[in-house]
Amino acid sequence: MKMLPGSFSNLRARGEMVIPRTLARSQAVRRSWPFLLDLIVASIGLAAFYGVVQIARLWLGHPEPQVTLSLSPRALPLYALYSIVRMFLAYLLSLAFAIGYGYVAAYSRRMEALMIAALDILQSIPVLSFLPGVMLAMVALFPSRQLGLELGAIVLIFTGQVWNMAFSFYSSLKSLPRELTEASAIYGYSRWQRLFQLELPFAAIGLIWNSMVSVAGGWFFLMACEMFVLGSRDFRLPGLGSYLQTAASEGNTTAILWGLFTMILIIVATDQLLWRPIIAWSDRFKFEQVESARHVRSPLLAILQQSRFVKRMRHVTLSPLLDKLYQHEAKRGPTHVTLDDGDQRSPSALAQVALALVIFAAVAYAAIQALHLLHSIDRQEFGLVLGGAGMTLLRVIASLFLATLWTVPVGVAIGSHPRLARIAQPLAQIAASVPATALFPVILLLLLRSGGGMNTAAILLMLLGTQWYVLFNVIAGATAIPNDLKEVSRLFHFGTVQRWKTIILPGIFPYLLTGLITASGGAWNASIIAEYFRLKGKTMTAFGLGEQISAATDAGNFAVLLLATIVMALMVVTINRLVWRPLFRLAESKYRLGA
Amino acid sequence: MQQAIIRAERVEKYYAQPSENRIQVISPTDLSIVPGEIVALLGPSGSGKSTLLRMLTGLSVPSGGQVYWHEKPIGQTEINVSIVFQSFALFPWLTVLENVEAPLQARGMEPAKRRKRAMKMLDTVGLDGFQHAYPKELSGGMRQRVGFARALVVEPEVLFMDEPFSALDVLTAENLRSELLELWQKKTMPTQAIFIVTHNIEEAVLLADRIIVLGRNPGHVRTDFRVALQHPRDRKAAAFTQLVDYIYKVLTQPEAQPPELPRTAGGKRVRDQRLMSYQMLPHARPGGIAGLLELMVDHGGKADIYRLADDLAFEVDDLLPIVDAASLLGFLTVTEGDATLTPNGTEYANAEILRQKEIFREAALQHVLLLRQIMRALEAKSDGSVPEEFFHDMLDEQFSEEETLRQLETAINWGRYAELFDFDAQRHRFILAHVAEPAVETHE
Repeated sequence: MKMLPGSFSNLRARGEMVIPRTLARSQAVRRSWPFLLDLIVASIGLAAFYGVVQIARLWLGHPEPQVTLSLSPRALPLYALYSIVRMFLAYLLSLAFAIGYGYVAAYSRRMEALMIAALDILQSIPVLSFLPGVMLAMVALFPSRQLGLELGAIVLIFTGQVWNMAFSFYSSLKSLPRELTEASAIYGYSRWQRLFQLELPFAAIGLIWNSMVSVAGGWFFLMACEMFVLGSRDFRLPGLGSYLQTAASEGNTTAILWGLFTMILIIVATDQLLWRPIIAWSDRFKFEQVESARHVRSPLLAILQQSRFVKRMRHVTLSPLLDKLYQHEAKRGPTHVTLDDGDQRSPSALAQVALALVIFAAVAYAAIQALHLLHSIDRQEFGLVLGGAGMTLLRVIASLFLATLWTVPVGVAIGSHPRLARIAQPLAQIAASVPATALFPVILLLLLRSGGGMNTAAILLMLLGTQWYVLFNVIAGATAIPNDLKEVSRLFHFGTVQRWKTIILPGIFPYLLTGLITASGGAWNASIIAEYFRLKGKTMTAFGLGEQISAATDAGNFAVLLLATIVMALMVVTINRLVWRPLFRLAESKYRLGA
Repeated sequence: MQQAIIRAERVEKYYAQPSENRIQVISPTDLSIVPGEIVALLGPSGSGKSTLLRMLTGLSVPSGGQVYWHEKPIGQTEINVSIVFQSFALFPWLTVLENVEAPLQARGMEPAKRRKRAMKMLDTVGLDGFQHAYPKELSGGMRQRVGFARALVVEPEVLFMDEPFSALDVLTAENLRSELLELWQKKTMPTQAIFIVTHNIEEAVLLADRIIVLGRNPGHVRTDFRVALQHPRDRKAAAFTQLVDYIYKVLTQPEAQPPELPRTAGGKRVRDQRLMSYQMLPHARPGGIAGLLELMVDHGGKADIYRLADDLAFEVDDLLPIVDAASLLGFLTVTEGDATLTPNGTEYANAEILRQKEIFREAALQHVLLLRQIMRALEAKSDGSVPEEFFHDMLDEQFSEEETLRQLETAINWGRYAELFDFDAQRHRFILAHVAEPAVETHE
């Protein structure tokens, strides 16, 4: 196996069309390997089938009143499989929804403004406050308790990762190059052909990068979902998250290490086996005139592209299917060529207005009912929520400050020394992708042993979840500082202070800001777990908004839960508008490097 | 005359403004494309060449008038045209072959038949062997060949081309042009007419059987004539250069009389840009104007604009705004394609930099209404600063949003250079020059 990647990437680098067919070596590759590869592909298929059976058995199995988690390392592969399947299904759901949402938002003149505003707000709502509501509803809705919980977890992960993907697809559609759109119009592309040959390929790269971010965020929520306990009711799901939590609860260090090891293994494997091949493959979707020199290489992709089985599958399934679709569309008559079709009114305008009114009425009714719920909140509770908001704000600021403090020097060092970056970047990437929620129980345990308070723990946990956004952005910013500017500073013998003040800080400012904005949103969300945690049967709290949300969840106090959730969403949106947006505008106008 | 394939009847394009005014891009125009001819559409930038092409192909709906395809309104019938784009507009994620097959796919053609036809077309344009390459692996000329193959594979009745050679280097363009002519003359392609939009005068004279020249503000047909030269045409021939010269004269001549003012259905008067309070500032930088004038001194104070462009290897599109700006400022006079330095212009060209700025300042204040107004407003204010919005809203009445921004940008450029005022980009305010901190000098 070891020698395969090299030879394949060699062939790839030379370009497939010029493979020298007469060379003995390439003959060997053409003859013998594809068969072995087909075997590998087939066995992967079998394994997938077995996995599906296992999952189905769990989901549709008899409701277990209490999940008993085995801490044996031997149980880990199955738990890991459960977690991965949840992630995968949630991701597929997100992808489909994001494409649909982005498409409608980009092409519907009436809905566009509303849908984009909705995206902005939905992104700011703390997903974790919906955990109890969604879980309870799903358990009630579905016949099997297990199925309900599983779907609940999937829905929650979905709400955590879908918005940025939807926005990415939307903005890609909005920036489609005009002449390509015109070409597809003049040659009479049907809607489907447009989607498959123009829109999806053009949006692919943005979608893929956002998918990576989303999936990393998804692990965070998955861990939280798997550990979910509501008062005396145990809603835990068998998986990696619950394994880690149970292990920490029992203080079983061996199990903790096994769990973390598995977690890191999954993340590295996802990166190598999924994202890298996809990124390498997506290279063709780069919208560039000249081929760039740098490519991501993926041995796995080379294997798949070389496999006769995969090629054959594509040939007998996908291509004819698309042809059928296009032929069907062509028979339906010529499509409208016109692009800027003025303000045409559709005949069913009246029906649409009626529908909009009905929806509006329903939303208004539900909103009023929800606000009604708030009536039952007394003054003291109100004060607690507001006070908690203040405390959490302080913690968020503290964690952002700490994050900036260490990431700026480190990030700049990594970003300006390519050799250091080669070593540090992959390590940081692995460290960053371990979901903070998976580490919460472990870190809390260590802190409590060493005598640190819950307050410190909460800040530390927020920091843990958010510092990476800042670090990676600072690295990107430092890398983007033009060499000319660095040379100028050397030429004129700038001192350290002057160098930082005139070149480095202004250079990384827009990037730092982007990192901080993302981190701030993440920190608010993390407070829900960080300020209220159950370990070894004890509940540890630090007074704050997140604590209010979690405590209300535990007590089933939905009025306070709603209030606290609204307050948190308002805080996030307000801070975005009042602090981040003006700063961002400054960064865009004054500190932007290049044209 | 034969029956037209495409006939445009009083088509026009305008953009509605929130206020009473509308921005007229193209005034009502009649035009037809008949079988057997290559039509070239020439015009300076801003004359609406591309807009006209898009209306003729049905990509864009005219604000008024109607386009007919074989005498049927264009929206209601299936049309068979192709466009070759300036930027090639190839799908970078599809191979050469897939790119050429895509239009056939859209028509629902069988895969085997489709492939055969696409391969044959690739062979015709000389791309045999490149079918599995991706566009980005090819050179610009090769890519445009793919563009031609894709356009021709559907056997269009009319082939439209939107500045197809202007993204290519001179030699490649020349080569492709002659190959296109060869295909056309040998009738290798079933295409009945070619419509090419260009701003390259020689290209038009080389290719076309008929040339239409557009004027701008708003776009309208200046002249429409037939080219009777034999193919292959010789650039050095007297008849050829005379024709090129003639078109230059048409393009540079200030228009004797404005065409009649159009009236809209609603009776709203469409305002002609030339009758408006603000003249349109040509988008030229002071540095460019100075460079042109200095060059003119070297030419003895008088030069043929066509020769000048040729010497500089400039497209006429790039040179004309600079010439316009210089003549607006009173540094040049233009008659029949010849530019002559005025005494003021000569002084400017020979002066050293600070004196140049002085002359520019005087000329700008004397000739440019917008700059005069900005100065008057700044001097009236006690703090010597006025928000950009103020002038934006004034220009807005008359120009499209995009043009308003460009007008402001040009005014800021000129004002800064002349040290009339400074502009604070952070706060979007104009500031009187001597009010602005003396330490901060913002020169162009």
